[in-house]
Amino acid sequence: MQFESLSEFLAMGGYGFYVWLSFGSCSVILLAIFLSSLRDSKKLRNEVRAQMRREERIKKAKQQEQV
Amino acid sequence: MWKWLHPYAKAERAYQLCNTLLPYFAVITVVCLAVGWIWGLAYAPADYQQKDSYRIIFIHVPSAILSMGAYSSMAIAAIIALVWQIRNAELAVISIAPVGAAMTAIALITGAAWGKPMWGAWWVWDARLTSELILLFLYFGVLSLYHAFEDKKSAGRAACILAVVGVINLPIIHFSVEWWNTLHQGATITKFDTSAIDPSMLWPLLINIAAFAGFVGVVTLIRLKNEILQCEKHRPWVRELIGRGE
Amino acid sequence: MNPRRKKRLLTVVAIVFGVGSAIGLMLYALQENINLFYTPSELIDGKGENKEKPIIGQKLRIGGMVVPGSVVRDEDNLDVSFKLIDTGPTVTIRYHGILPDLFREGQGIVAQGTLVEANVIEAFEVLAKHDEEYMPPEVAEAMKGIKHEKPKYNLNNEN
Repeated sequence: MQFESLSEFLAMGGYGFYVWLSFGSCSVILLAIFLSSLRDSKKLRNEVRAQMRREERIKKAKQQEQV
Repeated sequence: MWKWLHPYAKAERAYQLCNTLLPYFAVITVVCLAVGWIWGLAYAPADYQQKDSYRIIFIHVPSAILSMGAYSSMAIAAIIALVWQIRNAELAVISIAPVGAAMTAIALITGAAWGKPMWGAWWVWDARLTSELILLFLYFGVLSLYHAFEDKKSAGRAACILAVVGVINLPIIHFSVEWWNTLHQGATITKFDTSAIDPSMLWPLLINIAAFAGFVGVVTLIRLKNEILQCEKHRPWVRELIGRGE
Repeated sequence: MNPRRKKRLLTVVAIVFGVGSAIGLMLYALQENINLFYTPSELIDGKGENKEKPIIGQKLRIGGMVVPGSVVRDEDNLDVSFKLIDTGPTVTIRYHGILPDLFREGQGIVAQGTLVEANVIEAFEVLAKHDEEYMPPEVAEAMKGIKHEKPKYNLNNEN
């Protein structure tokens, strides 16, 4: 460990602002792109599921009409 | 060789391949990112000149390397898409571009935050910085071209052509520090003749590079899966897959 | 490869080559025209084959090493002046402002400003340049003890 205490670690020898700005913005960007990719995936699946249910309903309705 | 690769031109096989690869990339990313950041921030020694501010190197260099690495992979996929007209390769181009742009943005932001205390300026119109900024615009260009066309076939082609043409920027970025009188210093890791970086700093740096590479892999695979599903959403295999709750 | 694919591949290669050479030429021209970068000896003795010297009042960039012992700070304000050297004569830089953390004697720096006298520049920006080497202080000390000190910073040869 290079630092004696937490406050020393956060200070980064006086460069805390720049170091944490870098690591902070990096985390934000990484998280944002990862989560948005996952959200897209969920959205797509829900869309397909909704479409499948709609088709199912149409099929049923048609069958009832015939009867 | 082509015989072995060809099945992956089919959407379903490509989707399955993504699923197989994803856990490996995920493990590499999580492990290396945790180890790399803790090692780099808390355990690596401070630099003799730049003191603790140099710790930004542990995200700046990996993101810069990956911004170029992702671009090369994207360009290779674009060539395959253009010459062999494989749809999945086109989808790969569109899947890599956003994460490549993210890497470029991180490299630029961390570079600015490092340049301010050390050089004395957030930004200078130096050849290295300018060419990296052009790389960001290239990524944006590829993405916006793809989304600009209504017809996905010409959209894909236009995006691929731009991706391939933009490759010229890669050697410019790499050699800018040698060709021009740049403020940015030369390459550290690829300088083999002398040890430009002490092993106690090189190891966490390499681990961080692995972590970023893993991250690019994870996001690309997730996005590629999305793109494949989007294209094939009316096909029976997709319905079966989603019906099973996957 | 069948002929159609071959043709497509050739088209792609042609586009890449065309745009590449265009950008290359453009950058080459850019470098030739807007290169206002001087080293102290180029500033004094002239630059290039024609030994062109900058005229007084011209805006330029200069890069060199801060001469040890030449830094003079004004006690009341942020005025500072120092001498830059590369291989021959020195040039005086005057600057008003906060210097970057890496600024120290013997450090390579790049200054931007106006030439006010033949060898005096009024800078509005001073940037510190550092090398690509990273090591812990102990290692630096040990290396400097055993090995020769790095050759003095010369912006012409390095990078």
